Amino acid sequence: MGLLAFFRRTPATASLAKERLRIIVAQERTNRDGPDYLPLLRRELFEVIKKYVNVDPEAIQVTLEKEEGHDVLELSVALPGKG
Amino acid sequence: MTLETESTVQPLAGQEENAVRPAPQPVGNPTPSITGASKLTEIIVVTSGKGGVGKTTTSASLACGLAQRGKKVAVIDFDIGLRNLDLIMGCERRVVYDFVNVINGDCTLKQALIKDKRIETLYILAASQTRDKDALHAEGVRRVFDELIADGFDYIICDSPAGIEKGAHLAMYYADRAIVVVNPEVSSVRDSDRILGLLASKTARAEKGESKVKEHLLLTRYSPRRVANGEMMSVDDVKEILGVDVIGVIPESQDVLSASNAGTPVILNAESDVAQAYEDAVRRLLGEEVPLRFLQEPKRGFFARMFGG
Repeated sequence: MGLLAFFRRTPATASLAKERLRIIVAQERTNRDGPDYLPLLRRELFEVIKKYVNVDPEAIQVTLEKEEGHDVLELSVALPGKG
Repeated sequence: MTLETESTVQPLAGQEENAVRPAPQPVGNPTPSITGASKLTEIIVVTSGKGGVGKTTTSASLACGLAQRGKKVAVIDFDIGLRNLDLIMGCERRVVYDFVNVINGDCTLKQALIKDKRIETLYILAASQTRDKDALHAEGVRRVFDELIADGFDYIICDSPAGIEKGAHLAMYYADRAIVVVNPEVSSVRDSDRILGLLASKTARAEKGESKVKEHLLLTRYSPRRVANGEMMSVDDVKEILGVDVIGVIPESQDVLSASNAGTPVILNAESDVAQAYEDAVRRLLGEEVPLRFLQEPKRGFFARMFGG
């Protein structure tokens, strides 16, 4: 680290990396361990919802939660605020 | 040709090749002695998903480290079409036959195994440079492994190609243990998770419902300074995201490039931090409890921090 670099620190982005990975890895594990139709279901739901509300793909979360004796398919859509 | 071949020569009693291995068994024959010996041989895959993270460097160094401790080790390059392990091991000019030649019966396994010149009990099997993707197949790989097992090898280290295609799949398929090489960087971590998923579903152990493949992470190119500055994810961050224990942390170092330039596995450069970190990983592989080192930035004086590199 030279004199210049000492004063011009690179921003601390490690926590950003960790947070992004935590989310994407969790999502990919759900797809991996869950039934094969999950990614397609997510895509089709997105297409349907988009007909009515203009949402981002990342606003739609499809997760499969394992509970005692049965699985719960959870669909969460974050709607854009009025603006 | 410097490769030791025994097809035509009757080996003399006491000759080193003859002393360590029984007579070669013809390829294709079922090997009857595997029942007793199979438990003694451990098949380890070194894998990652992402390319360029240090799989071959790691395979070469772990193989050397194990062999230096008297274990009989075969290290196999599974990268069909792109041969690289031979360069890192420094035996590129001694390759006559490769992995696919053995599988096809063009030569015996003994002819294709390159005996390391530095360490008595270390052997290298080079990758084929064929463009035929189907040259490698599970049944052929199994035959080679069975022959190595019958020959009394303690470890078979499989150096996986990048990606999740056939070569990578076959490298992990028969593994008892997997070392997932990962850089503390987003794409490498994500790809590692993908590989962990495949290890849990697409291996012989998974398919047969046997005990699962033992998984470990090995972090490479670790920079304690950047971690301290919050620019790089820490060992604990990566461990937490992937949920797998860490068998080694290799610091970022120029010694890795120097070692590959010279064709000397970096673990043999005893003064290097990298070598010591790989030595620690080898000891952990052998079941020893060794605390992680090189996680802190070395203390530097004021002038070094101001003007040093």
